[in-house]
Amino acid sequence: MSAKESTFADRLLGRVSPAGLLSLVAPVTAIVFAALVTMVILALTGAPPLDTLVVMGEYAVRPRSIVLTLNSATTYYLSALAVAIGFKMNLFNIGVDGQYRLAALTAAAVGGAVALPAPLHVALIIFVAVLVGAGWAAIAGLLKVRRGVSEVISTIMLNAIATALGSWLLNKERLAVEVGGSNNIGTKPIPPSGQVPGLAIVSGTQTKVFGLILLSIAMGVLFHIVINRTRFGFDLRATGRSESAAVASGVNVKRMILVSMVLSGAVAGLVGMPQLLGASHSYSLDFPTGLGFTGIAIALLGRNHPVGIAFGALLWAFLDTSAGILQIKKISPDIVTIMQGVIVLSVIIAYELVHRYQIAAEQRRVSRQLASTAPAEEGTPA
Amino acid sequence: MSQNALATPEAPFQEPKRPARKFTFTWRTLLLAVGALILLLSFTRAVTGAADLTSTGAITASIALAVPIGLAGLGGLWAERAGVVNIGLEGMMIMGTWSGAWGALYFDNPWAGVVAGAIGGALGGLLHAIATVTFGVDHIISGVAINILGLGVTQFLSKVTFAEMKGGGDSQSPPVPKPEVVSVPWDRLGDQDPLRALEAKQWFLLSDVAGILRGLTTNVSLLTILAILLVPLSYYVLWRTAFGLRLRSCGESPVAAESLGVNVYLHKYVAVVVSGALAGLGGAFLAQVAASAYREGQTGGRGFIGLAAMIFGNWRPGGLAGGALLFGYTDGLQLRGSGAAVHALLLVVAILLAAVAVHQLVRQGRARTALITGVAAVVVFVVFALTDSIPPEFTSVTPHITTLLVLSLAAQRLRPPAANGVIYRRGQGG
Repeated sequence: MSAKESTFADRLLGRVSPAGLLSLVAPVTAIVFAALVTMVILALTGAPPLDTLVVMGEYAVRPRSIVLTLNSATTYYLSALAVAIGFKMNLFNIGVDGQYRLAALTAAAVGGAVALPAPLHVALIIFVAVLVGAGWAAIAGLLKVRRGVSEVISTIMLNAIATALGSWLLNKERLAVEVGGSNNIGTKPIPPSGQVPGLAIVSGTQTKVFGLILLSIAMGVLFHIVINRTRFGFDLRATGRSESAAVASGVNVKRMILVSMVLSGAVAGLVGMPQLLGASHSYSLDFPTGLGFTGIAIALLGRNHPVGIAFGALLWAFLDTSAGILQIKKISPDIVTIMQGVIVLSVIIAYELVHRYQIAAEQRRVSRQLASTAPAEEGTPA
Repeated sequence: MSQNALATPEAPFQEPKRPARKFTFTWRTLLLAVGALILLLSFTRAVTGAADLTSTGAITASIALAVPIGLAGLGGLWAERAGVVNIGLEGMMIMGTWSGAWGALYFDNPWAGVVAGAIGGALGGLLHAIATVTFGVDHIISGVAINILGLGVTQFLSKVTFAEMKGGGDSQSPPVPKPEVVSVPWDRLGDQDPLRALEAKQWFLLSDVAGILRGLTTNVSLLTILAILLVPLSYYVLWRTAFGLRLRSCGESPVAAESLGVNVYLHKYVAVVVSGALAGLGGAFLAQVAASAYREGQTGGRGFIGLAAMIFGNWRPGGLAGGALLFGYTDGLQLRGSGAAVHALLLVVAILLAAVAVHQLVRQGRARTALITGVAAVVVFVVFALTDSIPPEFTSVTPHITTLLVLSLAAQRLRPPAANGVIYRRGQGG
């Protein structure tokens, strides 16, 4: 374990070369820019800008808020990993949203219907979720491989179809039962043997951290190993960088597309699990939605790197949690959504600018070298 | 779908592997298609007794639902014809719902709302253009970000503005002034509305035509008429003017366009801003005409359905309008709570598939394809015969399933702009 950690750290340190520092500039600039935009909006609507941000920050470091942040980050992290698998080879899995909702619904229904010893029960639920997520994503993969349908369009359409299918299944005639004491309906609650207890790792609060945070971390490590340490991961990255070069070196691109789409869907299937097994124990009408789109944003923030994504997920969850205090201060909590949107948009622009700067710097360096070695020749074309 | 295009008197076995023929749009084919469709619908109505298939109410509802889809689709068309993929249509549409309602309330004038809605969407488009054209960000990523941002900005603004207004709330605006509606005064023809009387008679074909005609000419919002006019206008601007040719050349080959002196950045900017404005107009329509107030989540993914209509229409204005009408029609039937009518549509689909199968066999000589289509027709018919309603959840996904089918079965016939979604930088052609 220590050896693995050291190589991991080495890699990380290796990335913090001047180029790496430069790539840190992008997210930091974006966050500062987003904070400025938020402050301007706050000032325009008559709220004290700086004080509000300070209050939000103070609220978010309370013990209970920290637990909430960790819990949200657990879910966001899985979602972003699912998206990142696709991004690594230039596949846009916009469909994580539909995949995780359908997966969580079926897994909850199966989990509520059976009674098994504890570890088996949890394993079965997670297995079903992974299977459904992978299966739903495979439709998009097959459509792309067999019929050349853009995965962007097909996953957008499949999201809507998953919503319809979900609301058809979540009906009292089919999978749903009434949730006691409300007019909400949900799947049959999962018995205790299928629940994952929380971890009391933050002192000073009754709220517990999702047990499946460990699953999230494990998936991050697995992601790193598969992408960077296996032949499959190499093929994946090679295809993402240059499809023609990958074909030339014998990669079966169609198979790669299908496999990575299925893997992405499988991880997407896990997205609903921390919430389902750790808190709600049933898939009801108020199960969180839209996590797939959050995942896209976080994968972009974290540049598809497992550590970067972790920071992105924590930042996103931190902002979400800090919004909790705004209602009391009579400020619309949606200011946080604006802030998140601005962060995403400015971070991708900032990355692009840094990228261009690097290319330009590289070109200057090369042309300087060429000029010094062969002064008679004309300048290289840019 | 290709019946009209293939109605040419050529020998069927001459070139079995001929590439997809260009769709030649003539008034004759259009009128024939519309006539055949009405005949088919009235036949289905007569057989199944689902009066809502051609009733005034269903047609009115369909138009109201088709317009925002069509506007979003036109928005997609403008952007993609210039080579910019616009997944952010949904976000721009959401911004249009808020700004449309706010503008109408603030100036107490529905047309101010319409303009404000277009401006709100155009701002989203401008943001998309800055990110994709100037900074070369991936179009899909920028679109996703704009969808997140549009939602956040809109929800925030509605809380800031509407919550303090009388009759408004955090997620809802007070009732919004609506644009005027116009009707053809049919009741002046006789003491009672003759079309209405005819529709009530339930005669084959005559009553159907009366119902459709009445639905199309009664209580039509001026904004609807404006939106419908935008379809031929877009066609004219994009296909019949020098500006449109330049704009489309940016979507086909920006490098070649640049070499001919076209300012590619400018044309892309204009296209994406217009795209946003059209999506915003669709949002304003939702808030001002389809409903009577802004509500949170009002768009319900219609930006994406607009995208679907555009793909269905093969990146052409006419086809796009057809797609929007089709999706609006299924939605409209559902909205009227007419499960029977939606179920009857299965019969329409079965008959259409059977016709396509016969066409494929006789005119094209593609026996295997015809067999598959024929089997599909039989399957749809069996489903129609064995069930007596379609769950409402599934009707709402007609556009999405249709899009997947069109993309997977007719991909060879689709022709998106060649450089669609490709990042272009000034001077990259060397």
